[in-house]
Amino acid sequence: MLGYPLWKKICVVLVCLAALIFSAPNLFYAQVEESNDAVAAGQQGDWPSYLPSDLINLGLDLRGGAHLLVEVQVADVYQDRMDSVWPEALRVLREQRDVVGTVRQLDTDQGELLMRIGEPAGLDTAIAAIRELAQPITTLTGIGSTDIEVSAEGTDLIRVRLSEAEKSATDDRTVAQSVEIVRRRIDESGTREPTIQRQGSDRILIQVPGVGSSQEVLDLIGTTAKLGFHHVINQTTDENARAGAGNLLLPDVSQPGVYYIVERRAIVSGDQLVDAQATFDQNNNPSVSFRFNAQGARIFGDHTAENIGNPFAIVLDNEVISAPRIQSYIPGGSGIITGQFTTQETTNLSILLRAGALPAELVVLEQRTIGPELGADSIEAGRIATAVAFVAVLVFMALSYGLFGLFANVALILNVAMIFAILSILGATLTLPGIAGIVLTVGMAVDANVLIFERIREELKAAKGPARAIQLGYDKAFTAIIDANITTFIAAIILFAIGSGPVRGFAVTLGVGIITSVFAALLITRLLIVTWFAMRRPKEIEV
Amino acid sequence: MRLKLIPDSTKFDFFKLQTLSFGISTLAVIASIVLFAMVGLNYGIDFRGGSVIMTETPGPVATQDYRDLLGELEVGDATVSQISDPAAELTGAAQNSALIRIEQQDGEAAIQNETVQMVVNALQERFEGLTILSTESVGAKVSGELVQAGILAVGLAVAAVLFYIWLRFEWQFALGAVAALVHDVILTIGVFSLVGLEFNLAIIAAILTIVGYSLNDTVVVFDRVRENLRRYKQMTLRDLLNLSLNETLSRTVMTSVTTLIALIALYVLGGETIRGFTFAMIWGVVVGTYSSVFVASPILLRLDVKRDWSKDGEGPTKGPRKGGTKFAHIDA
Repeated sequence: MLGYPLWKKICVVLVCLAALIFSAPNLFYAQVEESNDAVAAGQQGDWPSYLPSDLINLGLDLRGGAHLLVEVQVADVYQDRMDSVWPEALRVLREQRDVVGTVRQLDTDQGELLMRIGEPAGLDTAIAAIRELAQPITTLTGIGSTDIEVSAEGTDLIRVRLSEAEKSATDDRTVAQSVEIVRRRIDESGTREPTIQRQGSDRILIQVPGVGSSQEVLDLIGTTAKLGFHHVINQTTDENARAGAGNLLLPDVSQPGVYYIVERRAIVSGDQLVDAQATFDQNNNPSVSFRFNAQGARIFGDHTAENIGNPFAIVLDNEVISAPRIQSYIPGGSGIITGQFTTQETTNLSILLRAGALPAELVVLEQRTIGPELGADSIEAGRIATAVAFVAVLVFMALSYGLFGLFANVALILNVAMIFAILSILGATLTLPGIAGIVLTVGMAVDANVLIFERIREELKAAKGPARAIQLGYDKAFTAIIDANITTFIAAIILFAIGSGPVRGFAVTLGVGIITSVFAALLITRLLIVTWFAMRRPKEIEV
Repeated sequence: MRLKLIPDSTKFDFFKLQTLSFGISTLAVIASIVLFAMVGLNYGIDFRGGSVIMTETPGPVATQDYRDLLGELEVGDATVSQISDPAAELTGAAQNSALIRIEQQDGEAAIQNETVQMVVNALQERFEGLTILSTESVGAKVSGELVQAGILAVGLAVAAVLFYIWLRFEWQFALGAVAALVHDVILTIGVFSLVGLEFNLAIIAAILTIVGYSLNDTVVVFDRVRENLRRYKQMTLRDLLNLSLNETLSRTVMTSVTTLIALIALYVLGGETIRGFTFAMIWGVVVGTYSSVFVASPILLRLDVKRDWSKDGEGPTKGPRKGGTKFAHIDA
């Protein structure tokens, strides 16, 4: 009559037990977290290892921390790429000197290479020669295209730029590289459990728990830290001085009003560094020591040998930090950067140099920092609100449905345990709206039971026997329960797909809550009712 | 003795005052649209860009003192509001805290980080013991995208649900349900325009939940209507809808009450951060319950429905059937 096969009973009981066991660590959150940290560090944790130790991650809004969404300025890289084409182009055009005449590079900031040739008649020859330099692209989308596009402009100008396919391939590399550098920088600073994710085509999401100010993170990622040693052509105080093609006019960071004209191409750049450390110079000023790799050391050594008496500029992010004169041949490839630094700055700079330069600038699009105090307040408020909501609903259900209400309450408690267990196993992140989702689930989870109980009441009124009424109550309420929950579930899925951050956290708890509450109502309460009914065999029941 | 909010058998005529309830709903919808057009929503930084700094001080600080400081710093458009949390003593939330909001420069994609840092430093210098509880900045680029995503989310949810109900019931049901849904969403936007509560990403989440809840309610009623359509083939549609509404009334009220109990606890105790969010949900549950009775069903009555459900099988719950009730019988 009230069929409930044994295997199903066993399954339901096992699921409930599992839910209790896997949700349990969250009751001892601080202890388990400490123990997990200890285990991760290779030590013995004080949480028994035979117990599950997965915890719900607390979102930044609950534990405090910084959330940053940055955009990689991918176009920054184009100019560098074009600068590296110039020597090649110059070489091939010189081979055709008879036809094209002399070649000059014109100044441009558009991420392209613009050249003027002496003999307009040789334009076609020149273009053909440069096209020879183009490399085929092997990416999936760029089949058949080459990396550069060469076009004529007027009678004697040649414009070289990156093709669209090459641009998108370059962008992809730039962003991937940026993610890597950001990760290294944040890891080097010793922050715990940062999340660094690529988002969309050119964005990076950075979440660092536990920092009190986003400025700490910005200090690490806000500078590209592009270091270069450049040949100095001239020193000037005229900020509008013409640098000339292939050169740069850069300000001196410590002497306002002083400018240097340097070659755009660095002698040696930061990617040749193998180490950088914060230190002090002989006058006890904070400074940064560095060491080049073998190739960098050789190039730098050769340059110093050839340029004794000439100055070179140490350039960081387009500012000259210092421009010492080369006193003697510098072999060994190590040196020290002095300037007007604080110790904090040298520590940061050495981290940045070790981690490497960002290939392009990062622009911050969104920043959210939650202080630890607010996070703690939110957890406390959430905990109290959940407890009050929970107890109120339990009491209300017991008053409304008596014994059956108690059955529903047991199911509700197990329901919440299941939500916590699933969120822990999934490693989902609990946010403040997520807590709201759980509270809402507590309110709505009883809905399925209410539907069933009301139905049983109706069937009892229709003078059916108790067993028959229970059976029919469950059967007839079924479609309503499924349809009603699927519609809410659809809303949860859309929220998850489109939402971000805390809203997503809400969608996850709502979605998980819907599944567990249907399970609880259809299987757990039913198991309780059927078992009770089999033991007591009541002649009549009151719901 | 049971607590019963609704007597065992009710025989309300829900359509007696149909003109009145329909009039009220129509008026409310029009009022909401007018309010939205005239007053508009108080968009948060999620949708408008800008920065918000939340502070806490050991003692009370006058709003004017904050304003004076901001004036000296010349940060442009800025507003200051004090937060008073009635449940602060109980939950240990910050007692003297304020929100400082700085508007974003027009069209600036990046956030105004320097300005925020400057204000934070100045605040800590001026007011002793001041703690920065949180800072948030959103640039115009992201806020524009968030607006789009928000509209897309609500639109998609409505469309998906329309489709699901059309699949499981008949198109008249889908229209009735979606009318109720749109009614709820518009009224929520209306009430936010009216009281000037901040409208942010979380409110979009709340609206989507309302969409889910409102449907939940409507679907339960419709499910009963479908069942009764099969059982009472001669009954007029009006009587049949009335019967279905009365039969499900107790459940409708019970579920609304348990959900409201939980939400009110959250509203009072859950802290300032999610108060707007819970307010939207409470409002949504109330209008959602109202609309499933007074909007969805009357529309169903007007559209008239196919009465011939019997071809698929006899009686309400005997054996699996094709069509409308794919899940009707389970062997549980």
